[in-house]
Amino acid sequence: MDQQTLVYFVWAIPLLPLLAFFAIMLFARGRDRLSHTIAIGAMVISLVLAQIVFWNAVAQGGAHEVAQPAAAEGEHAAAEGEHGSAAFIHDSHDWLPQGAPENALKMGVLVDPLTAAMLFMVPIACLMIIFYSVGYSNFNKKPDAHDQPGFPPHKGREPMYSRFFAFLSLFAGAMLTLVVADNLLLLFIGWEIMGLCSYLLIGFWYARTYPDPNKITPRGAAVKAFMTTRVADVFMLLGIAFLYSATGTLSFTEIFTQQTTSQLAAVLFLGFPAAQVIYLLLFIGTIGKSAQFPLHTWLPDAMEGPTPVSAMIHAAAMVSAGVYMIIRMFPLLAGTAPHGELITFTPMIVIGTFTALFAATIAFTQRDVKKVLAYSTISQLGFMVSALGMGAWVAALFHLITHAFFKALLFMGSGSIIHGVEHGLHAAGHGAVAHSAHGPDDHAAAAAHVETEHAEEAHAGHGHDDADPQEPELDPQDMFNMGGLRKKMPVTFWTFLIGGLSLAGFPLFFAGFWSKDEILGHAYHYPQFQLVFWVLVFTAFLTAFYTMRQIALTFWGKPRTEAAEHAHESHWTMLLPLIILAVFAIIAGVVGIKSDVPVAGLIVYGPFAQPGSTFEHLVEPTIANVIELEKLPFVLSPMAIAIAGSLLGLFLGWLVYGRKPLAVGQPDPLEAPLGGLYVLFKNKYFIDEIYNFVFVQPVKRFAAWMGDVFDRKGIDGVLHGIAHGALRLSHAFRSFDTKVVNGGADGLAASIKSAGHWLRDIQTGRVQNYLLLALVSVVLLIALYITLFS
Amino acid sequence: MDSNQLVLLLILFSPLIAGVLVLLIGQLGDGAAKWSALIFSLVPLALTIYLWVAYQGAPADPNGFKFVFSVPWLPQMSSSFTIGIDGISLAMILLTAILTPLGILISFRITDRLPLFMALLLGLTTGMFGVFMALDLVIFFIFWEIGLVPMYFLINQWGSANRQYASLKFFIYTMAGSIGLLLSIQFIWSALGTYSIPQIAGQWSTYAGPGVLGLPIETVKNITFWLFVIAFAIKVPVWPFHTWLPDAHTEAPTAGSMILAGVLLKLGAFGFLRLVLPFFPQQSAQFAVILALLALAGIIFTALAAFGQNDFKRLVAYSSVNHMGFVVLGIATAAAARGNAAYQQSAIIATNGAVLQMFAHGLSAAAMFALVGVVYERAHTRDLNQLGGLWKVMPIYGGILVFSAMANLGLPGLAGFPAEFQVVSGSWPVFTLTTALSMMGLLLTGAYILKAIQKVLHGPVNRELLHHAEMPDINRREIIALAPLLVLMLAVGVYPMWLMTVINDGVVNLLRIAGG
Repeated sequence: MDQQTLVYFVWAIPLLPLLAFFAIMLFARGRDRLSHTIAIGAMVISLVLAQIVFWNAVAQGGAHEVAQPAAAEGEHAAAEGEHGSAAFIHDSHDWLPQGAPENALKMGVLVDPLTAAMLFMVPIACLMIIFYSVGYSNFNKKPDAHDQPGFPPHKGREPMYSRFFAFLSLFAGAMLTLVVADNLLLLFIGWEIMGLCSYLLIGFWYARTYPDPNKITPRGAAVKAFMTTRVADVFMLLGIAFLYSATGTLSFTEIFTQQTTSQLAAVLFLGFPAAQVIYLLLFIGTIGKSAQFPLHTWLPDAMEGPTPVSAMIHAAAMVSAGVYMIIRMFPLLAGTAPHGELITFTPMIVIGTFTALFAATIAFTQRDVKKVLAYSTISQLGFMVSALGMGAWVAALFHLITHAFFKALLFMGSGSIIHGVEHGLHAAGHGAVAHSAHGPDDHAAAAAHVETEHAEEAHAGHGHDDADPQEPELDPQDMFNMGGLRKKMPVTFWTFLIGGLSLAGFPLFFAGFWSKDEILGHAYHYPQFQLVFWVLVFTAFLTAFYTMRQIALTFWGKPRTEAAEHAHESHWTMLLPLIILAVFAIIAGVVGIKSDVPVAGLIVYGPFAQPGSTFEHLVEPTIANVIELEKLPFVLSPMAIAIAGSLLGLFLGWLVYGRKPLAVGQPDPLEAPLGGLYVLFKNKYFIDEIYNFVFVQPVKRFAAWMGDVFDRKGIDGVLHGIAHGALRLSHAFRSFDTKVVNGGADGLAASIKSAGHWLRDIQTGRVQNYLLLALVSVVLLIALYITLFS
Repeated sequence: MDSNQLVLLLILFSPLIAGVLVLLIGQLGDGAAKWSALIFSLVPLALTIYLWVAYQGAPADPNGFKFVFSVPWLPQMSSSFTIGIDGISLAMILLTAILTPLGILISFRITDRLPLFMALLLGLTTGMFGVFMALDLVIFFIFWEIGLVPMYFLINQWGSANRQYASLKFFIYTMAGSIGLLLSIQFIWSALGTYSIPQIAGQWSTYAGPGVLGLPIETVKNITFWLFVIAFAIKVPVWPFHTWLPDAHTEAPTAGSMILAGVLLKLGAFGFLRLVLPFFPQQSAQFAVILALLALAGIIFTALAAFGQNDFKRLVAYSSVNHMGFVVLGIATAAAARGNAAYQQSAIIATNGAVLQMFAHGLSAAAMFALVGVVYERAHTRDLNQLGGLWKVMPIYGGILVFSAMANLGLPGLAGFPAEFQVVSGSWPVFTLTTALSMMGLLLTGAYILKAIQKVLHGPVNRELLHHAEMPDINRREIIALAPLLVLMLAVGVYPMWLMTVINDGVVNLLRIAGG
């Protein structure tokens, strides 16, 4: 295929879902079939184009090492050829002029092996999620008059069906934008639009309110997700600004050169190499996006969104984007260690390893089927971050991709479970109680006024209608309300089992095993990472344990509630994606098997293979021009330890929860033995409460003070003081005017007037009086004359 | 006079003539008045688009201005009527020309003295165009003042409950700044004997002649610098001169708020760029750090204040101050770079960002005020606690509100982002710590925007509100008034090149003049 066509294809990959978003929003509102047809259609084409690009990349990747494919690509690519970049599609255009024409900031698309690998995974996962949403949103049912926009549908089709597909398309488009971006700014654009999508989708049921005021609402969770990630994003934006002002470019191919990276490592900022400072700022962005400690708190609450959204956030897009970004930017650190030596980044090792363990401890105490998966996501992302921090670039990327497949599978499986239980709930006659007599608008329970703190008094009893009237009393997501679903939902069970075993790292047959083993093997090889290795092994053990706990609680034993008893298998539109993803959860591991692994390597590659894995060979050239990755020989002991940990975890999980399934109302068997520790884990170390007390509340109080007191009383007080002073001054002038100026003038006038009055008295009109006056005057004048001149 | 100069003159004076005509047509009835006002207001828009196309290839005078038109006006005072534009003013003229018809369209429901209302809006437009075009200080000052009077009456006569206080505060505060401005202009004229802006830009910083009124020339320069700065700082407004703004914006009628936030605030920032930086390079460099710190204070404190509001319109009003803080930060960076050649590229980036932010904020603030107006017209309340759940009742309105709010928040892909990115990138090397701290404001921007969305759209419907107010969804006229803004937000956000080419041209020229 000729290069120019491929360039168009790459542009079209993110554009199609983005256009689908606008098309649905503008032209398909309320037309459900058209909406999902547009969304799925755009995604299918996107997927096909991505596959074409991917296989072209694979084909050209082999030829790459022999000769740069630059010649075919015109001037852009020719320029990169000089830098030795592995980009084989690159097309960019001026976007922001900055003074002289040559300084313009460019925007464009880039496909190098790293992008190609992501282009394989992302569209598949996105398409599966969007397809699954058709069944999840009850397309097979008619809209029901009791279902209101802003509440989850209970009987019929999702009332905001089109909007859901529009948002999912935007989400996919943003993720694909991020993947094909040729520069950090476009990546950031995709990154932030995804943030918006997660906000819109987590809060999709924006009107939902729970009777329990302490339970976070979808809209609350949406704001929390957006704000928490935004904390991180402002640091990331600073990192981008720093990088841009230091290098004058944000293009990956221009930054990742020997010259630029060593320059960035040489410049010091506060005593650290600028490269590390920038990378740290960018990494903070990942801490937020990929929910690493201490900014992880938004992710479990993000479960308030519809389940396909959880899959989107947790697998295909959002959190993967965080790790993808630091993988993409990793060559920035190339200059921080002598060439050929292992490049590490300690903050990432510390945070990643800690998060992996920390989240795993929370996961095994959760009752909500989605929350367990949420914490397992955080934990697995910790694995990736830690791996990258230790310099295991390929392993981190590989785990990212396998995880995306099996975690999308698990989330959609849990969605299928919840769907089944909800149906069972209705079939069993629960939940239908509430909406028989009242429409949702008639309810005015005064229970949950969390949102309207200030207006509580004003509204109590009559204002907002609060609780979702259709909210069933029984939580359909609580695993303790399930049990025995194995027989009710066989397809869901088998696919979920595959996903679970992959997550648990069950040996040999599952993708998760191979990718996790890569990370553990790397940590084991370097003596300085011994502690990390053992922590991660312990985490892997916990992972296997809580996965088994989840599977046992959900599928094993007998149904513990009527809802579970009446649960039935989901619609085929939901099951088909599960099956497809289950296939990937198994086979995706094959490409990561190294050729020197005994037996498996021989089966996959045959006897005369080069060292390393297919995946390694594919992606490694991405950074080869600046970083030389060491190829580690196969060692049996870390793999053996990992297998032991995984099997032990699965076994113990089965022992506690599977062998003797829980009875109705029985507490978690671990609650008593772990005591206070269990309370700590179950309450997520009380971090939400601490943040609320330390950050959220003070900021709210300070903000209210700033507007109402500081501005209105402080600054305006000074202004009013000046105004009053001026007023008082003008009053003083006024009284000066009235008393002195006016008084003087008036006084003069009055005295003239009184003189006139007096003079009038002598104007008598009698001649003799005038003659007498004249005589007196003459006498006086003569007397005066004599006195003066004699 | 060539045709382009004629076009420039027509843009400038056609709104004023239109205002008079609308008053006359208004005798026929309100319907005729509003439609004629709308049609007349499209004239400068069409001419501006023509000028936009003509601008690219047109020759510039030695000072970098295009389409310069000059006639003697007060020869005794050596003042001439000189107008001309560069890329910065062209962008601002385009913004003004776009917002005026939209403001008129959104005001169609006004029943009280509608012809006068429209005439004042149109008259205001001439004032704003004049400031952006003026190349003579006397002309600049006259148009500066012309803008003030119609706005005073718009707030005072058509405003809401507390309009008397708000309009008086707005008027007196701005006048206080104007007096200093007038005094400075007289000082400069006394020394240089010219009012020509390009000439003063060339001469004033190096002028070493005798002082004025017995003051040494350096003192005169410092006095005039500070008087200019205060006048423009009040208009922008720079913290802590901002408290007139929440009152004026909140009390003004919807169209008044749109124009006030959309364009009038930009006059202040424009004054910094057109007059302060070129006239006072040394003082600018010396005091840039103060300006940067005030920008920081404005960004953080007013974002907090916005977050603390429970009045929808007041929240949006505070967000204007918050956003203008980034304009000021960009200007401060340009000012600091006057003294340091190493910062030249940073100055260009930051100033580009500041001007783009002026444009982007003009779009998003106008849209936000229009949207507040839509809800206020229906609910007769702006209290966020009285609203809620409106997404269900007004779904299209909800979508538009989220879109505009995201543009306001600076979401990448929409207009605010390239602006903020450039300001931050440009300011980082110059004011590293200040820039880093200003990011906290960006965080708080998210907090107040989400608060507004949540309180207005999310949650269950407030049935009490629906009892006494009908809440029909946004109507076609309102959508048409908002649609151009939404399209432009997206167009600037996705491909800012079309706009930035012109702005960059103006900025490069400005910094060349200002840098000497």
